[in-house]
Amino acid sequence: MTDAIVAEGLVKTYGPVRALDGIDIRVPEGTVLGLLGPNGAGKTTCVRILTTLLKPDSGRVVVDGVDVLAHPQQVRRKIGLSGQNAAIDEYLTGYENLEMIGRLYHIGKAKARTRAHELLERFELTEAANRPAKTYSGGMRRRLDLAGALIASPPIIFLDEPTTGLDPRSRLGMWDVINERVRSGSTLLLTTQYLEEADRLADSIVVVDRGRAIARGTPDMLKRQVGGERLEVTVANAGDVEVVRRVLAEVGTEPPTVDMELMKLEAPVAAGPKALMEAVRRLDNAGVEPADITTHRASLDDVFMALTGHATTQPADAVPAIAGRDAEGGRR
Amino acid sequence: MTAVATALIDGWVVTKRNLIKVKRIPDLLIFSTIQPIMFVVLFAYVFGGSIAIPGVNYREYLMAGIFTQTVAFGSGITAIGLADDLQRGIIDRFRSLPMSRAAVLLGRTTSDLLNNVFVLLIMVICGLAVGWRIHTNPAQAAVGFAVLLLFGYAISWVAAVIGLSVSSVEVAQSAGLIWMFPLTFVSNAFVASDRLPGWLQPMAEWNPISAVALTMRDSWGNAPAGLARGEGFPAHHPLLLSLLWIVGILAVFMPLAISRYRRAASR
Repeated sequence: MTDAIVAEGLVKTYGPVRALDGIDIRVPEGTVLGLLGPNGAGKTTCVRILTTLLKPDSGRVVVDGVDVLAHPQQVRRKIGLSGQNAAIDEYLTGYENLEMIGRLYHIGKAKARTRAHELLERFELTEAANRPAKTYSGGMRRRLDLAGALIASPPIIFLDEPTTGLDPRSRLGMWDVINERVRSGSTLLLTTQYLEEADRLADSIVVVDRGRAIARGTPDMLKRQVGGERLEVTVANAGDVEVVRRVLAEVGTEPPTVDMELMKLEAPVAAGPKALMEAVRRLDNAGVEPADITTHRASLDDVFMALTGHATTQPADAVPAIAGRDAEGGRR
Repeated sequence: MTAVATALIDGWVVTKRNLIKVKRIPDLLIFSTIQPIMFVVLFAYVFGGSIAIPGVNYREYLMAGIFTQTVAFGSGITAIGLADDLQRGIIDRFRSLPMSRAAVLLGRTTSDLLNNVFVLLIMVICGLAVGWRIHTNPAQAAVGFAVLLLFGYAISWVAAVIGLSVSSVEVAQSAGLIWMFPLTFVSNAFVASDRLPGWLQPMAEWNPISAVALTMRDSWGNAPAGLARGEGFPAHHPLLLSLLWIVGILAVFMPLAISRYRRAASR
């Protein structure tokens, strides 16, 4: 399978800040890659470089076989970009927005018109087609922006946080749109802060933190790395935290993570029910009565927390061993 | 398609986009009409009574100055429009498209030129109402209008550089205007340059605003023989000086604006 998007060793600095610190990305043709990371991880910088908007300090970028740095204009014909903030003209109608973008892709006046009508219909904007876009809801704006990225039917599509700021219902709608209508054969790179979104839409995921890829693989691979099931204990008073930490360390397969604010401790375990019973027994012996004790299957949230350490107060040495570039599970 | 043809076609697509905006926000048009009317009326009646320039009816003298000033101030729209597009991420969208790198700027400056044509029309009507007259034939008079609009177009490219360099629309609003005050007041727009302090006189005489205003006065017969028009090259060749300024400004600021656009990043 050929790679539609290749980025190697991308570095971009803003003064002392390394927005990108040597990141590598490969997206095989026809697949969806999710760039997952918190705010400021470098996701948008990465997309801006891949879409010709920004030049990296160093690194190599190839999109659909074309060197992005040497032939940006050639690359622009092959890509569609839908950015973090819907880049639509508020004073133009939905139709006028799409027709204009089509014209600027040089697909011709007639084709720009037909495509505009087609996409408005597909994205359920026909009724609003002749209203200025400033009357649109957040979800409608995103759909219109996405339609703009698709008007020239580009083989490669970049979506930068396509659902950030949308209410849950609009988000579900966007997911359907992306799954059904955008993907048909195209290669897609999307960035997201939502683990559920990456799980839902992406064939493979690159977890980005501070400008580096800290893990990569399919959603399932990442879940496996973090452990199948997790045991979670919440205590009512802070004095019990130490005891629970010791117990979880004994019954778990990895040292537990501790959230001091919520007084919640959590550790991956080999077998849920058995570990739960064992933990209850030991806590009872120690005279600790937890406020809550439960097991759950590892979610992408757990992967993320374990890898970045951001959502936990645990010192860095407690981060599971997979949090290293050498231990990456994905394709290289 | 050659690069120039692509730039012109894409530029026209963007021009139409900007004009639709004017159509959708009629207030914009109303206010860009009120300002020139106020300028003409205020200057004619407030300054008209207290400034006398020997050898000429002051209102006739003044009109060319006000037209030039208004067109120059009008370039603020270019700066604000581009800063706004930048802030909203629309420039990012444009820059990710395979369109000409000059098109957004050509479109912006062209729609602002058309805006200037409209504003000029309003001012001419107001000027005629307060007693200004053109004493030459239409062909001669047209030279003055053409130079004025060309000058406005050139200044739009300076404003484009400003609009793409500042961090927000608010900054563009003031940065686009501040430099206009010394530029338009240290000139012969409102007073004859020989009335200025000696050290300011050369600046006023070589000022493009003065050159353009004097060109218009000449072409409309508003600069009678007795008028003090300064000395040397600027006094004798205002049309040539105006054209040199226009070409010079475009030669410097067009490439500068385009290079800014290439590197522009949304904020």
